[in-house]
Amino acid sequence: MDDVVKVTDVTKVYTMGDQRVEALKGISFSVRRGEFVAIMGASGSGKSTCMNMLGCLDVPTSGEYRLEDVNVGKLAGNELAEIRNRKIGFVFQGFNLLARTTARENVELPLVYARIPAAERREKAIAALAQVGLAGREDHYSNQLSGGQQQRVAIARALVNDPAIIMADEPTGNLDSKTSVEIMSIFQQLNRRGITILMVTHEPDIAAYTGRHLIFRDGLIISDTPNANPQVAEASREERI
Amino acid sequence: MTTLWQSMLIALRALRVNKMRALLTMLGIIIGIAAVIAMVAIGSGASKMISDQIASIGSNLLLVIPGSTTSGGLRTGSGGTPTLTYDDAKAIRAECPSVAEVAPTVRGSAQVVFGNQNWSTIVMGTTSDMLTVRDWPLVSGRNISPSDVDGAIKNCIIGQTVAENLFGSADPIGKIIRIKKIPFTVIGMLEHKGQSPQGQDQDDVIYIPLTTAQRKVFGSQFPNSVGAMMIQAKDADVLKKAEEEVTALLDQRHRIGPSRERDFTVRNLSEILAVSEQSSKVMSILLGAVASISLIVGGIGIMNIMLVSVTERTREIGIRMAIGAKQRDILLQFLTEAVLLTTVGGIIGMGVGVIGAMVVSKLMNWPTLISSTAIVIAFAFSAGVGVFFGFYPARKAASLNPIDALRYE
Repeated sequence: MDDVVKVTDVTKVYTMGDQRVEALKGISFSVRRGEFVAIMGASGSGKSTCMNMLGCLDVPTSGEYRLEDVNVGKLAGNELAEIRNRKIGFVFQGFNLLARTTARENVELPLVYARIPAAERREKAIAALAQVGLAGREDHYSNQLSGGQQQRVAIARALVNDPAIIMADEPTGNLDSKTSVEIMSIFQQLNRRGITILMVTHEPDIAAYTGRHLIFRDGLIISDTPNANPQVAEASREERI
Repeated sequence: MTTLWQSMLIALRALRVNKMRALLTMLGIIIGIAAVIAMVAIGSGASKMISDQIASIGSNLLLVIPGSTTSGGLRTGSGGTPTLTYDDAKAIRAECPSVAEVAPTVRGSAQVVFGNQNWSTIVMGTTSDMLTVRDWPLVSGRNISPSDVDGAIKNCIIGQTVAENLFGSADPIGKIIRIKKIPFTVIGMLEHKGQSPQGQDQDDVIYIPLTTAQRKVFGSQFPNSVGAMMIQAKDADVLKKAEEEVTALLDQRHRIGPSRERDFTVRNLSEILAVSEQSSKVMSILLGAVASISLIVGGIGIMNIMLVSVTERTREIGIRMAIGAKQRDILLQFLTEAVLLTTVGGIIGMGVGVIGAMVVSKLMNWPTLISSTAIVIAFAFSAGVGVFFGFYPARKAASLNPIDALRYE
């Protein structure tokens, strides 16, 4: 089996003062290459904690997390930074682009930290922007772009380093329903090309575009169901790639 | 190298976004560096002026002056009695191996007349060694010769101030002037020398042969006596030795023993003047130190702004970390920003300081000396201030937790 993500008996415990909070109480699941998974659950269910851990921003308290067969839970800060740089692409709810910076420079950022020479960076960034339908907008500043366009720049930034997996944390949370469909359409197209995507959402109609639903509650996975017939996001004419 | 260049670009962009703030932050460093450069320039200008004056007196000099004598229980002050003689001078010249030249002097003031002009000046009787000892060339004419001294000839050489006052722009060589009504032929004119360290006009002087002064101009209650002797050692290394030789010889000639108080004093002129040079150097270091306090204040300003900037850009730091920036990358980014602020401020400060020093030297007629060492040190110091005061904020940025930083509003 080609598992990109393999999580075994993972717990995460926070201590706040003298209070112990068990955010994850022992979860196990795996994600195969090419899957499009929605992680759902109410706030406080542990889905964000799980996402931070899967994104290598945090390490589990116990249990094992293997990303492409590397035991990530044992790594230190700088090694985690390198894993994030090479294997993970992030898409956030609030887009999180650098202000006063062009679309291309935003997309180049992961390549800068990967120490890739400028000419190659430029080429890859332009290609990634074209993949999300932003060819010709390379030199627009992030504040000159609409919310949907900003999120597409963020997706291009997540793509540009050829990551093992894209982690999207409520990517449509700040967008209206029409733009949300456009974003889901882009995710589906990327997924059809074989890119593995993990997406946190609490909206069932957004989850409906994915191929598998993981539902969290109180730090546990209470349901893991495949969605045999995902809804196809119909991109509007101008956004078609 | 590419990383450093990259962090330079990032830092430049960050500073461009907040131009006004960057400028105000730099102002502290600009003022600090400008103050250091200007103060050091003024201070070292002063010590250069003093060392030039020292050189103007002549180098490796000893001064022998008559000491006190006791007569009938009364002690005269230093130089009170003419105990030194021309023979002493000749003996020193002949017998002290470390001594190069000896110029005995007899000195007094006199009214000098040429045509309808007259002028009161210092008249000094001396020998041909004087100009060598004082390292003082002639503009025209010739020096006093040994035969002038032997024959007590009425020849004289005059300083620039005397020449101006008596002759204006006319050539004084060969003219007859009257010193205390005695006619003298002007045989030479001295080069311009300027002020002595004590502020006296060294050009307001007339040199005449020693014997002429002793016998014809000033007379003397003790024939053959001289007022003081300037002695030049062969070089700086034997100056101390020359001092000992001269003292020993004079002790012997004057029969100084346990029962007889020494009736002369040997002074090391260069040493005395070196002390005043030293004190002006200390002064310039002190000025620099005071000015560098403003640099430290400027540095604290940098740290303050960098801390604000780190807090403001917490989210940006979070994004960069999530995307793969290592702690070192973040540290380098903020450190580069701080160093860029201080070095750009430092360069501007240098310009301001150099211009300031030039204005001071122009307006207040004060010599300033802008040394390249001071500029290099100031530049290194401003970069150092950036590293020192930028490090804490940069480390704070680098040690942020990416999850918290991303969540920061």
